[in-house]
Amino acid sequence: MILIKSGKVVGLEGTKTTDILIKKGKIERIADNIKADGAKVIEAEGLTVIPGMIDMHCHLREPGQEYKEDILSGSKAAVKGGFTSIVCMPNTTPVIDNSSLVSFIKRKADEVNLVKIYPTGAITMGLEGKSLSEMGEMKEAGAIAFSDDGKPVSDGKIMRNALNYAKTIDTLLTLHCEDLEIKADGVMNEGYYSTILGLRGISRAAEETMISRDIALAESLDTKIHIAHVSTKGAFEIIRQAKKRGVQVTCETMPHYFSADDSWVKGYDANTKVAPPLRTSDDVKATIEAIKDGTVDAIATDHAPHHEDEKNVEYDIAAFGISGFESALSLMVTNLLSNGVSLEKIAELTSINPAKILGIECDGISVGSVADITIFDEDEEYVFRKEDMVSKGKNSPFIGKTLKGKVKYTIVDGEIKYEV
Amino acid sequence: MHLESKDLLGLEGMSENELTYILDSAKSMKEYLNQGVKKMPQLQGKSIITLFYENSTRTKMSFDLAGKYLGASMSGISASSSSIQKGETLLDTGKTLEAMGVDIVIMRHPMSGAPNLLARNISAGVINAGDGMHEHPTQGLLDMYTMQEKLGRIKGLKVAIIGDIMHSRVARSNLFGLMTMGAEVRLCAPMTLMPVEIEKTGAIVTTDIREAVKDADVVMGLRLQLERQKSGLLPSIREYNNLFGVSKEIMKLAKKDALIMHPGPVNRGVEMNTDIIDHSRSVINEQVTNGVAIRMALLYLMTRRKSDDIN
Repeated sequence: MILIKSGKVVGLEGTKTTDILIKKGKIERIADNIKADGAKVIEAEGLTVIPGMIDMHCHLREPGQEYKEDILSGSKAAVKGGFTSIVCMPNTTPVIDNSSLVSFIKRKADEVNLVKIYPTGAITMGLEGKSLSEMGEMKEAGAIAFSDDGKPVSDGKIMRNALNYAKTIDTLLTLHCEDLEIKADGVMNEGYYSTILGLRGISRAAEETMISRDIALAESLDTKIHIAHVSTKGAFEIIRQAKKRGVQVTCETMPHYFSADDSWVKGYDANTKVAPPLRTSDDVKATIEAIKDGTVDAIATDHAPHHEDEKNVEYDIAAFGISGFESALSLMVTNLLSNGVSLEKIAELTSINPAKILGIECDGISVGSVADITIFDEDEEYVFRKEDMVSKGKNSPFIGKTLKGKVKYTIVDGEIKYEV
Repeated sequence: MHLESKDLLGLEGMSENELTYILDSAKSMKEYLNQGVKKMPQLQGKSIITLFYENSTRTKMSFDLAGKYLGASMSGISASSSSIQKGETLLDTGKTLEAMGVDIVIMRHPMSGAPNLLARNISAGVINAGDGMHEHPTQGLLDMYTMQEKLGRIKGLKVAIIGDIMHSRVARSNLFGLMTMGAEVRLCAPMTLMPVEIEKTGAIVTTDIREAVKDADVVMGLRLQLERQKSGLLPSIREYNNLFGVSKEIMKLAKKDALIMHPGPVNRGVEMNTDIIDHSRSVINEQVTNGVAIRMALLYLMTRRKSDDIN
């Protein structure tokens, strides 16, 4: 039994200060002044209590790239970041494109037993974009969605078949939208800063054309799609218009797209290198706008840990990706709460909506629901330091920055999996 | 006065004072050279290494001579004859050089920002001798020096830079330096070779060579890598020369005493026609001489700064 005392609870019907009693992994009671003998008490006065955060997009690197991250280190970083559920991508070595690898991830996750891990299977064999993987069998083994993340499915015919097949087995495809021909060998956003720095630019059109294609495919097949890591003003507008037409499209963005822009690349710190790239300050504003008006359905991390040797090199050859678990909630507090995004909205984007999109059971903080809960201090300011990171990947452009909002407790199925 | 940084990575962000200081120092170096003095003691006991990941004749030779004239001990590493070939990373190479006690590393690299990476990881001074499409600051300095020497000023000059601006580190260094010094910079290229939003630097951007060259004080051509045509950025070299080649005809639009410049090596008949390269207003060979003077001045100022700090 756990008793959370006097927390600012962000519930379905608004936010109020009250107590929560957790028993046998479920929320037993929500009321003022609960008394419970023998319960572990969390003094949450001054702290904020939100439904456990679900990260619908991350990379755990296991199997095959354990020098970057593994399921244990990734899980530790996830709960430290306040996540109770995470969805990992299949671009491991080997690629998660068959049911035995899906089972492997599930088994490892159970052994580690920190955060709930939902594997994503590959859409195509080996992420090669050529032939469909056995999505049906993988779904049965526990794959929650499918994606070739890291790469687009470039061939439009294969993409169309994949969507139609996913519809057959009633599963979701999460799409990495990037036209590789337009992207070419670009390493950062194409704009003033790529020009000044002499780095090859990635046009926003690389993202926007592929999103347009995939929306057209989904619309013509009357099926659902989820667009991963949306980063441009134009892309949000394309999705906004599609939603208005009734296309079954959902999308996610990442904390780095509303917290940093391409001016951060000055100095050539490869921790700013990510795909899609950090865009302009205009796009940062557009991202916050799209969050507010409901165009964005979810905030995920795209946690992409890399080894220092892959980042402390020339910008052109550095790996793409940001280690995102541990800074995510702080960036939301720092850059969204202060910009007029409510706590309820943040709970929706990090928990309610991702659960809905993925088909995970989640009723927010309500009596009878699973006790997945994140507790944080909205007001605490701290310097985000490399030494404090528990992910193996220390590749964050936010190292050294002062952030606001710190995770204090992460509770999964009624057990405290992280506390400061 | 002292240089602000231990390194010279680019002209962007350098102050007018600092640029003027370097240009003035080069003037005295040039006087020594003109007098035939080629053995001076200023850099005695200093160890300088040229670390070149790309082939270069004139820049490397120019630095070598500049260092030797001032009495430094010069050594060189090129990518083809070193452990770089065995896959050693840039930082490891840098750390090795540092352990050997080098004072200044002069570096050329095909990737933009590589000197920045090295500079923030070693205590020796780093001079960027050209990095990818980013900057070639000593070329920018020697070009400005040449303009000042020939035309008596930089402020207010109209400088037309014509050619592959997109891939040119020479164009960027000239642009940043010249803007800071108060010149008007006009950039001319087909849109496929013009980097986006470069007008935000204050440069005038045009695709019409006539407009770029009209009343210009300086007309600078840039080398066009012939593979740009193969990668689909240009329909043909012939059309490029027709639309963007600097010719005698085009030079008639410039001021009468306008300078013709080029960082070399020139593709004759591509970005510049032969009648122009050997024209009396062409200062292409003097740019080379001035390159030695500028590099002498820089090496001197950079090592002086260091020993001053110790004192």
